[in-house]
Amino acid sequence: MSNEKGWGMRAFDWFEERLPIVSFIDHSVGSKYPAPNNLNYFWNFGSLAGFMLVVLMMTGIVLAMSYTPHVDHAFESVERIMRDVNSGWLIRYLHANGGSFFFIVVLIHIFRGMYYGSYKAPREVLWWLGIVIYLLMMATAFMGYVLPWGQMSFWGATVITNLFSAVPIVGDEIVTLLWGGFSVDNPTLNRFFALHYLLPFAIVGVVVLHIWALHIPGSNNPMGIEVTANDKIPFHPYYTSKDVFGLGVFLLFYFTVVFWFPNAMGHPDNYIPANPLQTPAHIVPEWYFLPFYAILRSIDDKLTGVILMFGSILILFVVPWLDTSRVRSANFRPIFKVLFWIFLLDCFVLGWCGSQLPEGLPLILTRVGTFWYFFHFLVLLPVVGWIETPRPLPSSISTPVIASPAE
Amino acid sequence: MGDLAETQSVPTEDESRRDFLLHATVATGVVGAAVSLWPLINSLNPAADTLALSSVEVSLAGLEEGQAATISWRGKPVFLRYRTPAEIEEARSERWQDLPDPQPDEERVQDDRYLIVVGVCTHLGCIPLGQKTTETRGDFGGYFCPCHGSHYDVSARIRRGPAPSNLEVPEYTYLSETNVRIG
Ligand code: HEM
Ligand code: FES
Repeated sequence: MSNEKGWGMRAFDWFEERLPIVSFIDHSVGSKYPAPNNLNYFWNFGSLAGFMLVVLMMTGIVLAMSYTPHVDHAFESVERIMRDVNSGWLIRYLHANGGSFFFIVVLIHIFRGMYYGSYKAPREVLWWLGIVIYLLMMATAFMGYVLPWGQMSFWGATVITNLFSAVPIVGDEIVTLLWGGFSVDNPTLNRFFALHYLLPFAIVGVVVLHIWALHIPGSNNPMGIEVTANDKIPFHPYYTSKDVFGLGVFLLFYFTVVFWFPNAMGHPDNYIPANPLQTPAHIVPEWYFLPFYAILRSIDDKLTGVILMFGSILILFVVPWLDTSRVRSANFRPIFKVLFWIFLLDCFVLGWCGSQLPEGLPLILTRVGTFWYFFHFLVLLPVVGWIETPRPLPSSISTPVIASPAE
Repeated sequence: MGDLAETQSVPTEDESRRDFLLHATVATGVVGAAVSLWPLINSLNPAADTLALSSVEVSLAGLEEGQAATISWRGKPVFLRYRTPAEIEEARSERWQDLPDPQPDEERVQDDRYLIVVGVCTHLGCIPLGQKTTETRGDFGGYFCPCHGSHYDVSARIRRGPAPSNLEVPEYTYLSETNVRIG
């Protein structure tokens, strides 16, 4: 009995010899992936993002089976999902609010990376892949919001596609190409549906690369220092169980919104069918686009506004080089730590400005906020890296500085 | 490994011939791939039936002085506005050379009375307010786009705000005194 393997185990070995998929997964997110032993709950948000991606794809594919991508039927087909399709209301609310929660999770994940300096060497490519995912998510969510073909769908699509008309010389040709006509119309809805279906699968591909890039250096940690083998524990069962607990807490929030406030994050105008001859009095994008929308409107010049808006995201690609400090974690960087919280506040202020009409106080705040956004990245990050004196770093996770002040 | 390296080493004249063949093959492949992408991209441009819908005829006979009407052309609104003499006067009294997108009112209308423009804000495509007398017409008496605050005058020229240019004047011809074909 002792050395004899059961038939189940032998079948498993036979399969693993031919396609070692189980050990591949075990090395990626299982017992063979050593993770630092001091990860806090901010390290939970990566797996939560993966969970939300799966939820969105599963609910989305079912929605697509009852949805009709045609200007004459799209709105009605969504209403039919809400009223007649079995559990349709639940699936749609899970999907629509799922988009919002996906962004909440990913934004916390990104700010986590900023606070703990996870973008610094050797994790630059990992950071890049994360931004690519963020960009793909925004494109996907934007096109998904167009599908129900309400007033906000239509006018959101009109305003965002028109951003490309700011491109010198070929701008108008690009916009016509995007629309497949002379305005946002049926061809536009059709292609947006095709792309909304496709892009999440592209995101899955980039997520695989993201995790691959993570496993080359391994996870960063709240101290931001290199981790010795002694200070590592296997991902499974330690972090799998921690992540599952975090998932439970997360689901409390997600389900509270889905079941009790399903329209809180949406705009009531999107329950009015699209009307190409009537712009709503006040167009606002989904909340996760508001800071960027504010930046777009910060300046009275179309091209500059568009460049600033795209620039505000693309600048993230060079953050690993703009930040000149070699200390990763903000816990050891007194000045940077303050700047981080100011920056976070700035993003909230810009978000609020994006929801207001661009005049008076909101306009002033928009301009100050936009200035600060770029000032933070282009001036403060490099300069603070030079002038700041970081607190002494412990030599390892298990030897906290306080324990040996004499050294 | 060593054996393989030996068989691969070839005289230098031959190498340049091989390089040439290699580069020519790669170049042909790249150009071919790029060319074959074009039909895929071009299929996203407006289809023949979409293009076919590109002209409409309207009658201005029903409009009274000071009134305006909106019709739909290529999925976009077109503003028709019967301007009062005072409005025409106002549009022409400005020094048009100083405007953000300089153009005289005379060039923007065929019949002085009727302003015909595409009702799509040149900023990001919202429909400006001002067709109805109850709507705000902005600080210059023409149109006001609420999306990001662009003000247009009675000739629908941009005066203030983020929009880069005047409302577009579509191609149109008067078929009779009050019948117009747009497009
Ligand atoms: C990255 C993942 C995804 C995100 C962020 C996302 C986001 C969204 C958003 C914001 C909406 C608008 C919801 C509303 O206001 O009603 C939407 C609608 C829709 N999505 Fe997705 N989606 C994702 C994946 C998918 C997938 C994989 C499918 C599969 C085909 C899909 C199918 C649909 C359909 C059919 C609708 C229209 C029905 C409706 O409005 O509820 N989605 N999506
Ligand atoms: S779309 Fe009219 S001002 Fe922006």
